[in-house]
Amino acid sequence: MQIRPVLSALRKHRVATVLIAMEIALACAVLCNACFLIANRVQQIRIHSGVDERALAAIKLTGFDEKDGVDLNARVLSGLATIPGMRSVSVINAVPFGGSPNNAGITTDAAGKQFAGVVNFYTGGPGSFTALGLRLIAGRAPQDDDYQPVVHFVPDDALVWVSQSLAEHAWPGVDPIGKEFWVGRPHFRVAGVVANLARPSPGEGGPSTIEWSVFVPSQPGAHFAGTYLLRASPEELSRVLRDARAAIAKIAPDAVLETATSQSVASLRETFFQQDRTMAGILLGVIAAMLLVTALGIVGLASFWVQQRRRQIGIRRALGATRGDILGYFQTENFLIVTFGIVLGMLLAFALNLLLMTHYELPRLPLYYLPIGALILWGLGQLAVLGPALRAAAVPPVVATRSV
Amino acid sequence: MFGYYLDLALRSLRRNQILTALMVLAIGLGIGASMTMMTVLHVMSADPIPDRSGQLFYPHLDPTPLDRRKNALAPDPTDNMTWPDAMALLAAHRGTRQAAMSGGNLVAHPEKVSANPFTIDGRYTTADFFAMFRLRFVAGHAWTATDDTARSRVVVLSEALSRTLFGTDDSAGRMVQLGEHTFRVIGVTAPWAPQPMFYADAAAHKFGESDQFFLPLATAVDLKLDTSGNVSSWKKFSGDLTASSVTWLQFWVQLDKPDQVAAYRRFLFDYSAQQKALGVYERPADSARLDSLRERLVTLHLVPDDLRLQSWLALGFLMVCMVNIVALLLAKFLRRSGEVSVRRALGAQRRDIFVQFGVESALIGLVGGGLGLLLAQLGLWGIRRRPDEYAQLAQMDTAMLLSTFALAVVASVLAGLLPAWRACHIAPALQLKTL
Repeated sequence: MQIRPVLSALRKHRVATVLIAMEIALACAVLCNACFLIANRVQQIRIHSGVDERALAAIKLTGFDEKDGVDLNARVLSGLATIPGMRSVSVINAVPFGGSPNNAGITTDAAGKQFAGVVNFYTGGPGSFTALGLRLIAGRAPQDDDYQPVVHFVPDDALVWVSQSLAEHAWPGVDPIGKEFWVGRPHFRVAGVVANLARPSPGEGGPSTIEWSVFVPSQPGAHFAGTYLLRASPEELSRVLRDARAAIAKIAPDAVLETATSQSVASLRETFFQQDRTMAGILLGVIAAMLLVTALGIVGLASFWVQQRRRQIGIRRALGATRGDILGYFQTENFLIVTFGIVLGMLLAFALNLLLMTHYELPRLPLYYLPIGALILWGLGQLAVLGPALRAAAVPPVVATRSV
Repeated sequence: MFGYYLDLALRSLRRNQILTALMVLAIGLGIGASMTMMTVLHVMSADPIPDRSGQLFYPHLDPTPLDRRKNALAPDPTDNMTWPDAMALLAAHRGTRQAAMSGGNLVAHPEKVSANPFTIDGRYTTADFFAMFRLRFVAGHAWTATDDTARSRVVVLSEALSRTLFGTDDSAGRMVQLGEHTFRVIGVTAPWAPQPMFYADAAAHKFGESDQFFLPLATAVDLKLDTSGNVSSWKKFSGDLTASSVTWLQFWVQLDKPDQVAAYRRFLFDYSAQQKALGVYERPADSARLDSLRERLVTLHLVPDDLRLQSWLALGFLMVCMVNIVALLLAKFLRRSGEVSVRRALGAQRRDIFVQFGVESALIGLVGGGLGLLLAQLGLWGIRRRPDEYAQLAQMDTAMLLSTFALAVVASVLAGLLPAWRACHIAPALQLKTL
């Protein structure tokens, strides 16, 4: 297929060509960035919490007096343990995706100068480490005498288990076992590393810090009561949770059962990422609508051009051009216009990405998005032009002899 | 002439129905998406208290030490006020009305023993709150400044909470147990929920349900009731909220006249300077400022980032749709070169051709606007089903309804400008020859 005649024909329709190319460029820029935003959201949604989500649920009680905490713990632990199907009940301060984090800034020196970020502290009573199903990748599991009484919000001097993500951030490239850190005066020593452990709610540092969590074995008491971790087999979990919620009304009639957080970890996760899922859905909708409009524009303009050139097509056919030649002509024309658009669109895509990066927490657009976007738009263009081009190819040569 | 152009436009649109449908669909989609987002932004930036918004101001003081590290991710401690500062501003009484406040949550114990206790959100505040923010009472009345100083155990309930607890609107005089303590109900307020909840702490939710109870601030501090919202301290925090190094209170002042505003601003500077002279503050006097309600709403960052991004996406989408329509109209108008040339030859001026095509573009816009309105209603219905706290507000009012059509017509006329201009510059002689 010769390109020169196509180009010189396009030069006659400069404005329309530029407009369609601009539309393609805008579509390309939005397509690449929207896909990238979707990929980012999906990555966040897919995050590994590190716990056995399908087997875990939380019960959260509030409104009780602090001095009743010890008594409440005893009543709830013994009361809920009798529910058929319950594998274990333990005291914990929060569960992943369940909200109410225990955030504190840590320093890797006693003087408080080497700031290592704001991390979440999970305090877990006996049994909670095993119940959570955390996967240990270094160090040892907590033993009975590791569980210390809680002083303020954590034990004052304790062995802790950190997530791999936090260990790599705080002590890059070195073995974290035995390393120390401080929260003001309270002092902690790393005894083990777990593969993953997500925060109860997003931290101050954005999505990259979602796994900056510390597990502190703690002895339940007055300062550490009210939230309980239930474990049951995944099939029985919803019934066990229902029974537990009903039992609480009898076990602790004075306390308030927080219904929004007393859920299975799987459904807490569902709620936690609802906004991200909606956003991803909206972005998908925008992409679909934009591709549709762009395709419609191409169809409209191509149909018009075919109608306008009926006579010329007839002449070409009469002079010996095959149907394939005519079809090829319109497809080449579309390919050229879309290519102009894509070249412009790649620059636009990068500009848009830079703009988004200044306003949102977003990394740079990876280069491989550009060829994928280009392929999609080329495909879309060819599909959109196919109908009008087939109609053009169907123009009989006899048209040339009419009304000349 | 207009009627004739309208007739021409209708004929032309009917002649090529597919092209017309494509254009209407494009503008409808673009307008629908944009108007959905614009309506959401419109309701979110509405005036929360229309008859008072011009008179409400939010003083800012900066008692933080000079070496305080700024943390972009953490809340700004100077956004709230310390207890000593708030009490000093209250006592100075320089505004028409003023009130200090903080969010709080308590456990309510219903009278019936069988009913389970539940948590309620409300506000600890001072006497002027009710008159300043124009709350109406369905029973009883507000507490007075005397109750504030006496730390009286009184409470004002919302109508809804009064009904839940006592089964009646008129619970004035009854006793209610909140947390560990018993309070006397002194008044019941009519439903009142400014959207956004402008007076609350920056960390509080801004849309949806409002306060269920109101308690004297001094009483709450006295009984160490649970507060909600940011508490910032730059010295070792002992849990004492009345310390001069802990900010946690919101302070609002009502200033009716411009000279009152200027006087209050001067008063804040003087107060700040005096505190510096006393050695309480480290920063210069001009670190104090007085925000209007509008400025305060900007600080509160009411529109979430996600929503902002969606709005930009919708506008970008409208742009794509418009470029699309420009191309289609251009094709359509230039195809009628023959018709244009005949009209020109018969005496029509360029302006007439321009107006004729303008009417045709506007007609497409009008029909597209109708489709856009339907799509926007669909979009808003989708938004109302989202879990976000602002979702329930997403309703279109008359102003937005009219601006949907206005935007659609303006967008399509703008899109028609270039094609119409090209069409009216067709040289008639050249075209007539080929006819």
